[in-house]
Amino acid sequence: MNRHKWIEKGAEAFFFLCALTAVLSVALISLFVFANAVPALREIGLLEFLTGTRWKPTDVPPSFGILPMILGSLMVTGGAILVGVPVGLLTAVFLAYFCPKPAYRVLKPVTELLAGIPSIVYGFFGVMVLVPLVRDTFSARFGGDGNSILTASLLLGIMILPTVIGISEAAIRAVPDSYYEGALALGATHERSVFCAVLPAAKSGILAAVVLGIGRAIGETMAVIMVAGNQARMPKGIFKGIRTLTSNIVMEMGYAADLHREALIATGAVLFFFILLINLAFAVLKKKQK
Amino acid sequence: MELKEKGGQRAGGAPARPINRTGAFARLRSALRHPGSFLVLVLVLAAALFTVSMLLFIIWHIVSNGIAFLKPSLFEFTYNSINVSLFPALVTTFYATALALAVSAPVGILCAVYLVEYAKRGSRAVEAVRLATETLSGIPSIVYGLFGMLFFVTALGWGYSLLAGTLTLSIMILPLIVRSTEEALLSVPDSYREASFGLGAGRLRTVFAIVLPSAAPGILAGVILSIGRIVGETAALIYTAGTVAQIPPDVFASGRTLAIHMYVLSNEGLYTGQSYATAVVLLGVVFLLNALSGLAAKKLTKG
Repeated sequence: MNRHKWIEKGAEAFFFLCALTAVLSVALISLFVFANAVPALREIGLLEFLTGTRWKPTDVPPSFGILPMILGSLMVTGGAILVGVPVGLLTAVFLAYFCPKPAYRVLKPVTELLAGIPSIVYGFFGVMVLVPLVRDTFSARFGGDGNSILTASLLLGIMILPTVIGISEAAIRAVPDSYYEGALALGATHERSVFCAVLPAAKSGILAAVVLGIGRAIGETMAVIMVAGNQARMPKGIFKGIRTLTSNIVMEMGYAADLHREALIATGAVLFFFILLINLAFAVLKKKQK
Repeated sequence: MELKEKGGQRAGGAPARPINRTGAFARLRSALRHPGSFLVLVLVLAAALFTVSMLLFIIWHIVSNGIAFLKPSLFEFTYNSINVSLFPALVTTFYATALALAVSAPVGILCAVYLVEYAKRGSRAVEAVRLATETLSGIPSIVYGLFGMLFFVTALGWGYSLLAGTLTLSIMILPLIVRSTEEALLSVPDSYREASFGLGAGRLRTVFAIVLPSAAPGILAGVILSIGRIVGETAALIYTAGTVAQIPPDVFASGRTLAIHMYVLSNEGLYTGQSYATAVVLLGVVFLLNALSGLAAKKLTKG
């Protein structure tokens, strides 16, 4: 082999190495997060950790139950889906089938800008606008101080809009035009053709959008921490505060030590496990769409 | 009855217009005849209006409250509790971005080069790398932060430092760069490569002299978007880069980026006005980056 060939081979090997960095990163992240969670889980007990309803890390003896946080994450995420998916899906339908071309050129970047706003700015907006709004509207009748599941759900619902819009618009556009034209030719109105012929065909893509939205909502940290109240107790209704898995880590990691710190890492491992499940579901749905 | 009206509509329209393209008014008239369709139309319009007005409202709220606090004292060289200067945070953000890109851009671009130009389609390695990048892009930033804290800060013993923070960020933006580079490379027509091979160039030369230059705008668009991601990041940095309000003297010192600066300010609750002003700067930077990325992407599709 001449020198030239050696250089080619070497370059290919080097590029391959770069490609492996991604795999290596995933392996390292999984290894470190899960391995560091093991000591806490062993000491507390997996079942006790996942189903315990009391999170009192500084009590003597301390109790480490993250069920309140798991429920908190699920409730806030569920609320975000209830807010974000209908609005996002309908906006995607608007962009794909209702929007005049000149308006599309303005509106598409607008939805992308929503994705660009940093979560800390969303959180701050939530504190200054949504929290007072929820407090003034509901606290006289239902109690609570505005920092609540409802507020967090509203904010997260807005935050997942770009994700839901982007993926479901792509799914809707991937449906062949003949579906729409066929329905129209059978005498259906424009709306009916879109909603009864096109949307069902884009079902798995839309579901993928919802799944990714769930992933975004459950993993969101800074915005939630600012509006959810962060009380580590079992949920007491949507007008009261709650703490999520993500905020539990940020709130206490700064001063935690020993078992407390390990329990927080284990909280992160539980969150990571949820995310991996969601990723898996997303991958399956995407494959189905193809 | 309905047929007749539809026919009339068609006759009135421009001759070149396809029959399934009706104007907004014709569409509205047809929707009005079907209450169900009308309701759906209203819902669709309301949703789109909500999305747009939400964005405008957030921007308007932040800017109208923050613009008055954008005073020169906010940009003084050092931070203290009187001027609440965001200048050190701005510089730290710049450092963090430069460092993270210095690591992530070459690795990410070469990773995409391997996937598109070298690997056989559908090979085991490609599948593994694709799965890995997809997993990475789904991991929330707090998990990156946790990993960075466990690995860089604790296991490698770097403490809260700019380096720990930026390396965490560089893993976080890797999938974004790989993905956009892949797309840019795929959009380069195969005839470019064939012509280069035909002239006797090797694979390496083809990649660097022909393919990468033509894909450059698309790659740039991805890189700029990932800068936006870095600028807005908070959760991954709190426990890796730390929150010290200073311009880090070296990479092993702690420093807070603009987003963290804003988190700390709004958490203290004393500097609402300055928080708004910081938010204005953050939004300005992010939107500018978005616009630049859009321009770069447009250049790719044109050229």
